[in-house]
Amino acid sequence: MTTLINEEGLRVDGRRIDQLRPFKLEVGVLRNADGSAYIEMGKNKIVAAVYGPKEVHPKHQTLPDKCLLRCRYHMSPFSTDTRKNPAPSRREIEISKILREALEPALILGDYPRTAIDVYIEVLQSDGGSRCASLTAAALALADAGINMRDLVVACAAGKIEGKIVLDLNDAEDKEGEADVPVAIMPNLNQVTLLQLDGTVTREEFKTAFELALQGCKTLYDAQRATLITKYFGKAEPPQQEAQESQESQEE
Amino acid sequence: MAIGRNPIVVEHIRKTRMTELLSKGNRLSGRGLLEYRPIKIETGLIEKASGSAKVSIGNSQVIAGVKVEMGTPFPDTPNQGLLVVNTEVLPISSRYAEPGPPSEDAIELARVVDRGIRESKMIDLQKLCLIPGKKVLAVFIDVSVLDIDGNLFDTISYACTAALATAKIVQYEVSGEEIKASEEKIPLPVKTIPISITMARIHDALIVDPDLEEEAVMDARLTLATDSDGNICAGQKGCPGGFTVEQIMQAKDIAIEKGKENRELLKKMTGIA
Repeated sequence: MTTLINEEGLRVDGRRIDQLRPFKLEVGVLRNADGSAYIEMGKNKIVAAVYGPKEVHPKHQTLPDKCLLRCRYHMSPFSTDTRKNPAPSRREIEISKILREALEPALILGDYPRTAIDVYIEVLQSDGGSRCASLTAAALALADAGINMRDLVVACAAGKIEGKIVLDLNDAEDKEGEADVPVAIMPNLNQVTLLQLDGTVTREEFKTAFELALQGCKTLYDAQRATLITKYFGKAEPPQQEAQESQESQEE
Repeated sequence: MAIGRNPIVVEHIRKTRMTELLSKGNRLSGRGLLEYRPIKIETGLIEKASGSAKVSIGNSQVIAGVKVEMGTPFPDTPNQGLLVVNTEVLPISSRYAEPGPPSEDAIELARVVDRGIRESKMIDLQKLCLIPGKKVLAVFIDVSVLDIDGNLFDTISYACTAALATAKIVQYEVSGEEIKASEEKIPLPVKTIPISITMARIHDALIVDPDLEEEAVMDARLTLATDSDGNICAGQKGCPGGFTVEQIMQAKDIAIEKGKENRELLKKMTGIA
């Protein structure tokens, strides 16, 4: 087995244990979609698109009091080391479900009765933590589509490798490591909307991992907000004052 | 999923204006009849694939990835490798594209692109044979359609060609029954660069690279692919309308001329010789 953390405390890709991989966020990358976003997180390259609110098909799925939210997480055949069959796997179906459930609390679905919103996520290249990156991109796409939201959703994973709790596992760390804890939160409402655990951790380790993941989420949330502000207000770094104002107007 | 049965409705007044302009040699978009929209080609953006290309023609956008695996040859071609072109029209690409099994139109699209590449003999399949009758390399080209604005035939075809032409695969050394992967990476055995040109007939006008609106009103569609020597290597006529013999002859010349232009463009943008 290769060493995942060297003597200097650095990981296989040269990161410290509490460091995120380099990332890039973009919104409005597709013309046809009502909202879209692109994320690069390490080697992850993911595009998310939102269509809706629109008429529900098949009709019997219509909800009389709120919008029907649907989510599809799909990996392109060339996104993995060995070619992936393009038909949806059981893994993709499960991830689609938990992503939908992670996004739903952030959306004010009661504003759009008898309609549907489709969230489509396409993983063009996968690395560790693709579900978290997908969620971060999907929330941006929903905001870009102008859907009424209570808050953004942002996700990040922490995990345990060689006995140490580290932030944001990459592919190698995910496969060789002992545990993986993906977490998604709505940062302003302070609600956890996704939590999984794959592996064994002690009670203390779980607390550390969870808190570390939240720290990662915070950094990504700032980037998410900056991306939207740049797109819609054309400013790279919004002055602190203005950022607070926009937050207040959201609460109103 | 509906791309051939175009879901876009073009108002009568706009359609009239379009045909009026076409009869004078102009298009609604301001393009000339034989003018393509801007073509953008980016290669090598998917590190996990042996080769990849993101191509956009106007607002149509697709991404292609090449994967190489070990496979068994077909019994009737024991010394040839395998080539599989697969196209997925993703639901992110249009409000009319739905998840699920591919529609008739998506299958036609994938098969026409596959034919253009296969029949041009772009890849020398004999060189992908490791042990005749037993082990060959299987080259998978998967295309994900990201955004639809007409002429997916050419967009996908250029993405496949660019991804294949820039792909680097593991070199295998065969001694007897033993196959060893070497450290060396080599390009695929590319013999020619096929380029497809898609044309549409609207009334009496023949145009290249129809956009979504033009596809909605076109009477007939014709895709012709040419190889580097200027031979025509694949073709497909689509839509209920027909072409006159003169129009077909004209289309053949357009496909060869335009093909030459777009081939140079593709070579320049991918940096291949």
